[in-house]
Amino acid sequence: MLEKALTGSRRYWILVGILLAIFGMGVYFYLHQLEFGLGLTGMSRDVSWGLYISQFTFLVGIAASAVMVVLPYYLHDYKAFGRITVLGEFLAIAAVIMCVTFIFVNLGQPARVLNVMFHPSLTSVLFWDMVVISVYLVLNVITGWTVLSSVKEGVPPPAWVKPFIYLSIPWAVSIHTVTAFIYAGMPGRSFWLTAIMAPRFLAAAFASGPALLILLCLVLRRFSGFDARKDAIQAMAKIVTYAFIATIFFVVVELWTVFYSQVPDDMEHYRFLFMGLKGYNTIAHGMTVSVISAAVALVLLIDPRTRKKETFLAAACILVFLSLWIEKGLGLMVTGFVPSPLGHITRYTPTGPEMAIAIGIWAMGFLIITVLYKIFISVREAAELD
Amino acid sequence: MVSTRREFLIIAGLSAIGAACPPLGRIIAKETSSWGSRLPGTPGSVPALKAKRWAMVVDANKCSGDCRDCMTACHEAHNVPAIGNVKQEIKWIWPERFENVFPAESHAYIQESVRKQIMPVLCNHCDNPPCVRVCPTGATFRRADGIVMMDSHRCIGCKICLAACPFGARSINFVNPRPFIRKLNPDFPTRTKGVIEKCNFCEERLARGILPACVMACQEKALVFGDVDNPNSKVRQILDRKFSIRRRAELGTKPQVYYIL
Repeated sequence: MLEKALTGSRRYWILVGILLAIFGMGVYFYLHQLEFGLGLTGMSRDVSWGLYISQFTFLVGIAASAVMVVLPYYLHDYKAFGRITVLGEFLAIAAVIMCVTFIFVNLGQPARVLNVMFHPSLTSVLFWDMVVISVYLVLNVITGWTVLSSVKEGVPPPAWVKPFIYLSIPWAVSIHTVTAFIYAGMPGRSFWLTAIMAPRFLAAAFASGPALLILLCLVLRRFSGFDARKDAIQAMAKIVTYAFIATIFFVVVELWTVFYSQVPDDMEHYRFLFMGLKGYNTIAHGMTVSVISAAVALVLLIDPRTRKKETFLAAACILVFLSLWIEKGLGLMVTGFVPSPLGHITRYTPTGPEMAIAIGIWAMGFLIITVLYKIFISVREAAELD
Repeated sequence: MVSTRREFLIIAGLSAIGAACPPLGRIIAKETSSWGSRLPGTPGSVPALKAKRWAMVVDANKCSGDCRDCMTACHEAHNVPAIGNVKQEIKWIWPERFENVFPAESHAYIQESVRKQIMPVLCNHCDNPPCVRVCPTGATFRRADGIVMMDSHRCIGCKICLAACPFGARSINFVNPRPFIRKLNPDFPTRTKGVIEKCNFCEERLARGILPACVMACQEKALVFGDVDNPNSKVRQILDRKFSIRRRAELGTKPQVYYIL
């Protein structure tokens, strides 16, 4: 089926070309980082993780969200999702590959990355995260590819693939839970030291992932022959709505605990997140955008009149994605480090090369999505002609 | 481990040469040992210092606060680079204010002398170190005598230990540190870019029977080092006599640097 990616319209090749060019720019700056070291980034002793790990965290959520189309179709026989489970799985593949790449570019000694396998440490959450994420990638490649192959042949998917599909459902939950455990298990970081981290991550994932999938389906309908159909899109819109409400609820629960108990250490971080500390308020500005986007999106999603109009729905999905990308991205990351355990406030600003590398990895992800979706559409079109 | 055919052949060839001329082997061995014994405190000349549980006491009352002898001695002994960029610097032992070292114990009416006190902070060599727990490769590990060590050759530079340490005791080499070493100490390894480093309680000096560099450099004798498991040790004698606290003890990492205020 891979050969389907090698033939396409002019528009397809232009998109592939642009994404390749942006990816190439990322590679160029990464080679600089490889030569010079992580000093090329804005990271510091005090804020020792930044843009890279924040994108990793956010994208694990996108990857996990495939379960939101797989589960209703395979466990509840919700037929409308039958056409798009493969799209969800292919999105997960692209997201997981982006995750792994973001982890990789964050390493000070990338050439030694295999030490994680040569000298595994069973007490390390990072080790387990590597295990669950790799297995999740394999599961999605197996299920997505096999199901699409049977579409091509015009036969139902083989029985042997069902166990893999069923396994991928709890596995999706596991990848984001383990990712949350990276943060929620650190004694000195009160901002992350919260049992609701994993549920909050999952809720945010099940809002942002399907929001992106809705947008991708709308793009596909407009620019290709594939229509995900209204009922599937509307069902996903409901999932986004509920998951987004749950996310906001979890954040409110967190705020209540922190500000009612009034433990100074915990409050300082949230003050920094929403208001800034000692003149460092870049993150707080970002959070203002996040909160306003969330409020508008919530209104557009809850009101059935706007949710059912695809223009408003698309706007709501963009806002959900933006809001969570800020909150669960740099908001969550930098605030964990500011103030530092010694009470210092260290500013983190991603450098140009650092942003170029991150954008390059996003372009790589969209390139993978483009190619996989192209294969998906071509296979479907050929099957429908037969 | 022999990994390639080429390496195998090289090693096999060298072994053959070694077997063929035993006198040469003896000469090499002799050369090495005579070179080694010229070093002060090589194993053999002075017995290594051993303990069940190494610990340090920082007597802030004795520490003048404005002298940097301990830090200079440490950073020179361990080839710690002077990067110059505050955000990305490497620190093994460095000065902090009381309110930063003990934020929970600080309050508005604390006596002036304590408020103004500046004291050295370093790795606490925790008995229950979170950095060791989170490290995905075992590059940071705890020895039986309590010293939390770094294997700079295994470290992949993922920085999860920097996030896990509640004391900010760890640094990563954001750039190649070698050009920034002011005075190279040939007896201690330098590091490469991208690896994490921190205080090692001078394990390389203990092995040669010498106390840590910071302890020996302190003219006020504000730093005391010893076996906290031994009731007759100097650290235990001080801890028995004076009230001591530890940084963020409530987190359960069991830090082994004790402060007297």
